[in-house]
Amino acid sequence: MENNDTENLIEVKNLKINFDTYAGKVKAIRDVSFHLKKGETLAIVGESGSGKSVTTRSLMGLNADNAEIAGGQIMFHGEDVLKKSEKEMQQIRGKDIAMIFQDPMTSLDPTMKIGRQIAEPLIIHNHVSKKQAMAQALEMLKLVGITDAEHRINDYPHQFSGGMRQRIVIAIALICYPEVLIADEPTTALDVTIQAQILKLMKELQEKIETSIIFITHDLGVVAGMADRIAVMYAGKIVEYGTVDEIFYNPQHPYTWGLLNSMPTLDTQSGELSAIPGTPPDLLDPPKGDAFAARNPYALKIDAEQEPPFFKVSDTHYAATWLLDPRAEKVTPPEAIAKRQAQWAKMHTDDGELVRPATPLNTADNLDDSDRE
Amino acid sequence: MDYTDRKKILEVKNLKQYFNVGKNDEVRAVDDVSFDIYEGETFGLVGESGSGKTTTGRAIIHLYEPTAGEVLFNGKDVAKIKGRKDQLEFRKEMQMIFQDPYASLNPRMKVKDIVAEGIDIHHLAKNDQERTDMVENLLETVGLNKDHSSRYPHEFSGGQRQRIGIARALAVDPKFIIADEPISALDVSIQAQVVNLMKELQIKNNLTYLFIAHDLSMVKYISDRIGVMHYGRMLEIGPADEVYTKPLHDYTTSLLSAVPVPDPEVERARKQIPYEPTMEGDDKPRTMVEIAPHHFVRAAEDEVAMYQERAEKAGLDVL
Repeated sequence: MENNDTENLIEVKNLKINFDTYAGKVKAIRDVSFHLKKGETLAIVGESGSGKSVTTRSLMGLNADNAEIAGGQIMFHGEDVLKKSEKEMQQIRGKDIAMIFQDPMTSLDPTMKIGRQIAEPLIIHNHVSKKQAMAQALEMLKLVGITDAEHRINDYPHQFSGGMRQRIVIAIALICYPEVLIADEPTTALDVTIQAQILKLMKELQEKIETSIIFITHDLGVVAGMADRIAVMYAGKIVEYGTVDEIFYNPQHPYTWGLLNSMPTLDTQSGELSAIPGTPPDLLDPPKGDAFAARNPYALKIDAEQEPPFFKVSDTHYAATWLLDPRAEKVTPPEAIAKRQAQWAKMHTDDGELVRPATPLNTADNLDDSDRE
Repeated sequence: MDYTDRKKILEVKNLKQYFNVGKNDEVRAVDDVSFDIYEGETFGLVGESGSGKTTTGRAIIHLYEPTAGEVLFNGKDVAKIKGRKDQLEFRKEMQMIFQDPYASLNPRMKVKDIVAEGIDIHHLAKNDQERTDMVENLLETVGLNKDHSSRYPHEFSGGQRQRIGIARALAVDPKFIIADEPISALDVSIQAQVVNLMKELQIKNNLTYLFIAHDLSMVKYISDRIGVMHYGRMLEIGPADEVYTKPLHDYTTSLLSAVPVPDPEVERARKQIPYEPTMEGDDKPRTMVEIAPHHFVRAAEDEVAMYQERAEKAGLDVL
């Protein structure tokens, strides 16, 4: 990703990661670059196997033994994380960069009281006394909204529901006030109502603790209200990135179109949902040219030959698709995407300035309709 | 849709499914639930974890002995089906698709044997050749390559495994399929593929679905009617669009307000509406009351007027 900002907390440059398997080398990450600014939420969106989890795990040095860094840098505080020893990584992990995992059932220790689990990073990283750590753990437990925290601090994980467990996982991640919080599908295992609560909690805590968040998900719907910027990944590469408005209202890459289109919205009546046909390519032997070409109804001849570079849409918005090449013929995006782009046009004045409408332009008002109360 | 002339394929009447009855830890997983499913329709059952939706599905296919109430399938009480022959007949007509495509396929069996298990049990194939043909046809129906029939489940992706699960359910040519969260474990892009496949098969094979899920937007899309469950009780039943856009029960409103919308402007304006379940705890007798045509709400006698007023405000034809 383009960046010349000094505020960048993390800069990933041309990262390439392969996995050695019996079948051969799986090229899981194929030249990924992005940056994370202080205080922002960056969402990385993609299907299973697109490399979103591998990318963020390498930020913490958590990749499996058969992972091989084939190139690139991850700069954090001016130092390359990839060059650090395991001992140095332990200083960073949980303190400067913390992580929330998808499954709150398996990421907690079932044999340890939750208070201890929350206090543990403090004792290890900040060398505070056990008593003081437990006091801070209690504060944190209250902060993440566990009622009756004084008593529940001595409970075991199995005594909590899934949503409560995820709050505990968040408390563990945030206890050292990390600069970066990586959330890997933090709400995928949860019900919608609990999901909404956890997302709200993360947003509130982000303001209080002033942390930056990398939010990994396969569901674009979840990040619409959460992210400042979005990077869309496909087959080990970032194919499009931009601000949340740019990705939702002015998407340019056919894969982003497909993702947005395969979700039913309020307007979707019966009839066929437009699924993305086929499955992602095998990264043992990545296809020549554009990896998405085989599933792309808008694929051009050149897609089979040559990989598209990033084309600039705006200062913050880039997409890697040949459709943006001036020589490419103009295509008509799917109807639902055209609607979004029309909305984008409405949101801008003639000289390109963004005006945010006072009320949502979409017809989903009835969801927020609270006049009944 | 007009329901008066349509045949009820399934009738659930005052179903109660308790666990650990009489003990301290008695769980009333399903408590007095009644609904009907018409032939050829998709009935969506939504609710949070623990609301009893999965238990309801399992009780319908008679994996549990009901505590009280009855489940009538084609007019026959499924709890009273006795004898191996009748049991087999019942299981041939009603099949299930499970949530987890990783756990629901035996990792030691080849795909063709997984799909053909029902064919073998019901002796639907006369010889090996016919069995192979049937399996290959089924795999093609669900969009898999027939050459993959001698592979093992681990060689397939999540979406492909779910297709295998669907092929297995279809193998015995059922009339009624219970799909218990069939897409929750799949990527968004793959969910649409599976939902499209299920819709296509419904028309082709004249299937009736009970579609259990917590993802409301997908349920609304696939279902003709929706039932909303909470704490083991059915709170609202109505046509899918109506429940989604004009919910009557507070719980439904709250549940809908939590659904993320893929639109930043809507999300910025979002207010989640909390739900106070206190009213469910009181001991007033409540039944399903038809407020608008085919739109039922669980209400006590003195609450009916309030729901009617709500329905009127929302522009429904109050009965």
